[in-house]
Amino acid sequence: MKIACLSGKGGAGKTMAAVNLAAAAGRGTYIDCDVEEPNGRLFLKPENVREITVSSMLPEFDAKKCTGCKKCVEFCRFHALMYVKEKPIVFSEVCHSCGGCMLVCPERAVSEKPKPVGKLEIGTRGNLRVVTGILSPGEASGVPVIREALTQGERIGQREWEASGKEPSCGALSEAGLEQEEELTVIDCPPGSACSVMESVMDADFCILVAEPTAFGFHNFRMVHQLVTLLGKKCGVVINKQEEPYEPLESFCREQKLPVLARIPYDSRIGQWIARGEVIVEQDEQIRALFAGLLKQIGGVL
Amino acid sequence: MKRLLILSGKGGTGKTTTAAAFMHFANGKAAADCDVDAPNLHLVMKQKGEPVITEFLGGDKAVIDQESCIGCGICKEHCRFDAIERSEGQYRINEYSCEGCGVCAYVCPRQAIALNTDVAGRKELYLEDGVFSTAALKMGRGNSGKLVTDVKMAMLKHAPDTALAVIDGSPGIGCPVIASVSGMDLVLVVAEPSFSGISDLKRLVKTARTFEAKLAVCVNKWDVSPENTDAIRSFCKEEDIPFAGVIPYDKSASEAVNKGCSLAELDCPATDALKEIFKITSELLGLD
Repeated sequence: MKIACLSGKGGAGKTMAAVNLAAAAGRGTYIDCDVEEPNGRLFLKPENVREITVSSMLPEFDAKKCTGCKKCVEFCRFHALMYVKEKPIVFSEVCHSCGGCMLVCPERAVSEKPKPVGKLEIGTRGNLRVVTGILSPGEASGVPVIREALTQGERIGQREWEASGKEPSCGALSEAGLEQEEELTVIDCPPGSACSVMESVMDADFCILVAEPTAFGFHNFRMVHQLVTLLGKKCGVVINKQEEPYEPLESFCREQKLPVLARIPYDSRIGQWIARGEVIVEQDEQIRALFAGLLKQIGGVL
Repeated sequence: MKRLLILSGKGGTGKTTTAAAFMHFANGKAAADCDVDAPNLHLVMKQKGEPVITEFLGGDKAVIDQESCIGCGICKEHCRFDAIERSEGQYRINEYSCEGCGVCAYVCPRQAIALNTDVAGRKELYLEDGVFSTAALKMGRGNSGKLVTDVKMAMLKHAPDTALAVIDGSPGIGCPVIASVSGMDLVLVVAEPSFSGISDLKRLVKTARTFEAKLAVCVNKWDVSPENTDAIRSFCKEEDIPFAGVIPYDKSASEAVNKGCSLAELDCPATDALKEIFKITSELLGLD
C-alpha cells in the first residue's frame, strides 16, 4: 500500500504527517519526494546511508561528424539548442532529455552523456527504510530525482521483502489491521499542485491531504483536492494546527464527503518538538495513538 | 522602482503575510504573486475592479489521430516520458506525462500524431489603483518558470511611477524560484527557526548565490525556538547576509488572513516587528 501526503500550501504539515505515519508503522519505506526541501531525513535521522547520483541525459555533439545541417536545432521544441561558431551547443537548464536531437541527426553526430542533477540518500531507521530525493541547488527540475526516488524505493522494498520472506512485525501495524505481508510506502510530496506533485502521487493508493485551517491553507487545499480528484485517487483529510474549526474548510469537507481522518491541535509543545527535529509519535502517547488510528482508518478505507 | 522579491525555501514560513504587510506599509502600487503553484496573495490584496485575463500557453501536447494510427507502437518505444499508454488496443497520450517534445510525431510512420498548444494556466492582471499581477497554473502542469516570468514581466510593464514593487515568490529552490530571482534588487528570505527551516534556508542561499542575487534574512515565529533563531543569525553573519529582524509568533496573523486583510491593518506585536523589518529592508534597497 502506498500512501502519499500532500497539502498544496507549504508548511501545512506534510512532512510531519508523513514522517510520523512512517514512524508509527515502524516498517516499510518512507520516500521523500519533496526534493527541493528534503526534510524528512532531519527527523528520521537514517543510519547506514548510501548515496546514489541522479543524472539527466544531455546531448553531446561530435564536431568531426557534424555537417551543420541544424536539423537538431530546428527539431528542439524547448529551444535548448543553438548553433554557434559552426556547432550546436546545449543549454542544459532547458533540455528535457527527450533524445529528439539524436534521433533527427542524419550524421549520427549526437550522443548522450549523463549530467548529475541530484542524489538519493538511502538509509534505515530500525525496520523503516528511508529514501530521500535531493535536488542539487541551481537545478530547475526535480522530476528526474522524484522518479528515481520512487523507483529505488519500490525496488529496495521489494528486494528486502523477498529476502526476508516477510516483513518484521510491528505493533502499530497489526493494531491497524494491515496485512503483515503487505509492503507499506509513505510518500512525502512537494508543495503545490504542478508536475512534480503529479509525478509523486501517480502510483499512490491513498492520498492524505494535510490542511491548515486558514484562508491560505484552504485555498491551496482545494487545489490539491482538485488534483487528486482528477487522478481518481482515494483520499482523506488531516487538519493540522487547529485552534478553532475553520468553517469554510469544514463545510467543504462535508459537501465533498471528504472524511476528516484526524485533527492535530495547535500545541506549542508540538511546535517545539518539530523545531528540534523530533519524531512526535515518540514524544507523546496520545499522538502515537492518533497516528496509529490514522493508519488503521486508511487500511479500512482501502 | 526597486524590486523586492520575498522567498522562504521552506513553505508556510510567512512569505505572503510579509509581502502583503510590506505593500500596505509602502502604500505600494506594484505587486506580483509568483507562487503560481499555490497563489494566495490575491486573498489579502483587496484588488479593485475586474482583472484582464489571458490564457497561459505552456508546452505543446501530443494527440494521436485514431483513424490514421495503425497501432505499430513505435511512438511508445521512443517516448522518454512514459506518456504513451496502450489500452483496449489503442495508443493514447497521457496529457500529464507528455512534455511536448515531438519525438512521437517524428517517428510515426503514418503522421498520425499532432502537437497542439496546451493552455497550462491563467494570468490575471489588475490595473485599477496600481498594478497587481497574478496567475494560476493548471493542475499537474509544468513550465511554471515560464509562467513566473510572464507574471513578473506583466507587472513590470504596467507598473506606475512608484518606489517599490513587491513580488511574492514560491517555496523551494526549483524552476519557479530561479525564474523569479532574475532582475530583483533584493531577495528577502523569511526563515523559520526549525531544523527544516534552517536546512531549507541554506539550500535557498546556495541557489540564490548561483544566480548572484542580493539577499537579506528575517526570522518569523522566532520565539518558537530562540536557539534556532540564534543559529540562523550566526549563519547570516558567516555568510555575510544582512539580518533584517525577527517576528514573534502571533495568533493575530492567521486571524488577519482569515478575515482577508493584511497583518499591517492590525495593531499587534507581529505588525510592529514587520514594520521594523520593512524599515531595514527599505534601507537595504536604498529607499528613504
